Amino acid sequence: MRWLVFPFVIGFLGCGAEPPPGEAGPSAEPGEELSGGETTVFDTSKNAYSLSARNMTPERRSAFFVGNSFFKENWVIAPASTEGRDGLGPLFNARSCSSCHLLDGRGSPPLDTADPLVSVLIRLSVPGADAHGGPAPEPTYGGQLQPRAIPGVLPEGDAFVTYEEMPGAFPDGETYSLRKPVYSMASARGDMQPDVMTSPRVAPAMIGLGLLEAIPEEDLLRAEDPDDTDGDGISGRANRVWDAVRGATSFGRFGWKANQPTLVQQTAGAFLGDMGLTTPMFPAEDCTDVQADCKAAPTGGVPEVSPEILDRVTFYSATLAVPARRDVDDPVVLAGKRLFLEIGCGKCHTPLLRTGTLEGYPELSGQTIRPFTDLLLHDMGEALADGRPDFEADGREWRTPPLWGLGLQEAVNGHENLLHDGRARGFVEAVLWHGGEAESSREAFRALPAEDRGALVRFLESL
Amino acid sequence: MMKPTALRTAALAAAVAGLLTGCGSEEPASGPRPLSETAPPVIEGYADLVYRTYGEAAGEAASLNASLGAFVAEPSQTRFDVAREQWLLARNPYGLTEAFRFYGGPIDDDDGPEGQINAWPMDEAYVDYVASDANAGIINDPATYPMIDEATIASLNEKDGEKNISTGYHAIEFLLWGQDMNADGPGQRPFTDYVVDTGTAANQARRGQYLTAAGKLLVQDISAVASEWAPDGGAYRATFVALPPEEALRRILLGIGSLSGAELAGERMQVAYDTKEQEDEHSCFSDNTHMDFLQNARGIQNVYLGKRGQVDGPGLDDLVRERDPALDARLQAEMQASIEAIEAIGKPFDQKILGDDTALGRIQVKKAIDALRKQTATIVEVATLLGISLNIEE
Repeated sequence: MRWLVFPFVIGFLGCGAEPPPGEAGPSAEPGEELSGGETTVFDTSKNAYSLSARNMTPERRSAFFVGNSFFKENWVIAPASTEGRDGLGPLFNARSCSSCHLLDGRGSPPLDTADPLVSVLIRLSVPGADAHGGPAPEPTYGGQLQPRAIPGVLPEGDAFVTYEEMPGAFPDGETYSLRKPVYSMASARGDMQPDVMTSPRVAPAMIGLGLLEAIPEEDLLRAEDPDDTDGDGISGRANRVWDAVRGATSFGRFGWKANQPTLVQQTAGAFLGDMGLTTPMFPAEDCTDVQADCKAAPTGGVPEVSPEILDRVTFYSATLAVPARRDVDDPVVLAGKRLFLEIGCGKCHTPLLRTGTLEGYPELSGQTIRPFTDLLLHDMGEALADGRPDFEADGREWRTPPLWGLGLQEAVNGHENLLHDGRARGFVEAVLWHGGEAESSREAFRALPAEDRGALVRFLESL
Repeated sequence: MMKPTALRTAALAAAVAGLLTGCGSEEPASGPRPLSETAPPVIEGYADLVYRTYGEAAGEAASLNASLGAFVAEPSQTRFDVAREQWLLARNPYGLTEAFRFYGGPIDDDDGPEGQINAWPMDEAYVDYVASDANAGIINDPATYPMIDEATIASLNEKDGEKNISTGYHAIEFLLWGQDMNADGPGQRPFTDYVVDTGTAANQARRGQYLTAAGKLLVQDISAVASEWAPDGGAYRATFVALPPEEALRRILLGIGSLSGAELAGERMQVAYDTKEQEDEHSCFSDNTHMDFLQNARGIQNVYLGKRGQVDGPGLDDLVRERDPALDARLQAEMQASIEAIEAIGKPFDQKILGDDTALGRIQVKKAIDALRKQTATIVEVATLLGISLNIEE
């Protein structure tokens, strides 16, 4: 690869021409380390995902404190003296948001059958659709497997994972092994419907979610190319999902299949599905018609999560800062960035976007951000497919996940597991699982010399 | 707060200045001595303070444990009152130790006992009867839990909250006071809940077993943390004093900064101020929350001054004074102001958060929150002055 050397120097520290934003050049772009714009926090510790947007005023930080409290603390069984924090269950996956989003970071799948299922949940559905075009719940177990319950209520069962190693090799002879997860379920309330569809989902990191909400829909839709009219092999389409607030179908933005339109709905959905807590948005307990013990259990009031608390937790989820990149000027990192763009990763993992005006969030509005996502659905091939449709997403499609902050996942969460079910052990495996629309990029990665593959990984580590 | 870019600019300016004056130029004799020289006594002093304070907390927990044992052996109103009094006394040194949290030390590293010592909120119904269910909890479930001892309740306190049984101060508090269902005072559990066979509520003997097990476990847990800080043979202490001074100081500052801002001003006061939930407070059964706050604030001050009771050892204040006497004076004043603002709130805290924002109690709570947040910002300034980057919530 030839490097262009420019004969003039820009600024005091400049060593080359500044590349246009979001493109590769011989030096870092101005502000390239600011992944989250002015919200960006400079921290590489375990707390790197847990800090508030740095441009937030102290007055507004009060709401962040309150949201953080309700995100972190355990909810307890009703009735308790702490009326504002009771109502857990009857059925649930976890007792607090943070038990899955540990340190506001990413969950991890069980290592083997003995490892409990904590920060991964299993979505369930049967063929057909619900009243709003979403997945039809399994008649006995509902929309997700809840392995825990309060005393007096039967838990729904558990899921176990084993891994099959699938050896492979790069064209240059270097070998690797991918682990394919195989899930089995122990259902405690009788058999599931035979044609049940399941999909494991890891709890994603919480950083920068409000910034993603603040990207104007029309900017994202402009990247849609459902019929691949430009012939680059990348389609990309928006999911269209039920928006409980609007009472209409909206652009799907959050979740592994982009099945949630807004952060507040994502939050209320997690309160109900994961912790068994009702909110003004979803005021009914999550019991199926056949779960009489669940229906008869005491509640912590209606709703269990007050409108104010839902609001604060949503605010908290929206305003967690994105950590700054490291080593943006490092020549290897810059080479890795160039390769990332050259082999087409950036076609879906969009390097640079701008937020519009998000009502009530001045700190998130008008920011230049580097999330590396287009928030659109892409066919990722058979190997990654869960075979379970979710609104308009089919069984092979996934939403492009953001990549910002990924290089700090090990520091925060102590593991490098990636993808929707955490099957990939690190960046290389994650890339190698890419199929479908990403197949040509994956093959281009496989064909790179080892040094270049290393550079691309160094770039990802710098995120 | 200085922005990172500003910091970098400053570093750059310093580097340029260095270039201009040439490397290896003489340091001016009047400047502050380097941290490598002045910080070790402060770090040693901090380790001593931590050890002494946990030692005190363990000692008070042992007295509490003894009073629980005496009460359960022969329940009476007098002995019940003594146990409650001893619980309140035991909280005080523990409140001081919370300034030593938030940096992954022995108290709250990945397998630290903090959650088992101080977990909140607690599943009352998981432990004992509640207003709506006379048969709730482990105490009333002999079939599933035939034995109640330290091992049982500790083993049930599994990670990830799967069976997050409640142990620690607040479980003991619940067993001594009961649910706080009344607006104008603490919980009203009768001592007869422990009078075997003829007392109130079922399973009195098992309730006594639970109470004594929780007391013993508390002593074990706090003692284990204290021993990590022991001057001879404390594993963590040895590691800590051997750290590069900047890193040890960063941890010390992270501890007091996190307690001052996110935890005390935020989690413990702002949240209750915001929700106006009467029981959104950590010591809700006993209505002792005002003391929790005060001890937390005093614990922060102790760390900064290197002071414990009458003993004033080397502290962060010495390092700051040498570099910026005005900043030291300001932080000392702010810390004193926070303590006074908390004292001014009065008790019980759960009554002070009620009403509208013009109610005197709420004005005072808000004032204390603001004072704490102000000192938190100054703690960040202190870190910056010492060349330490500190990201905390101000």
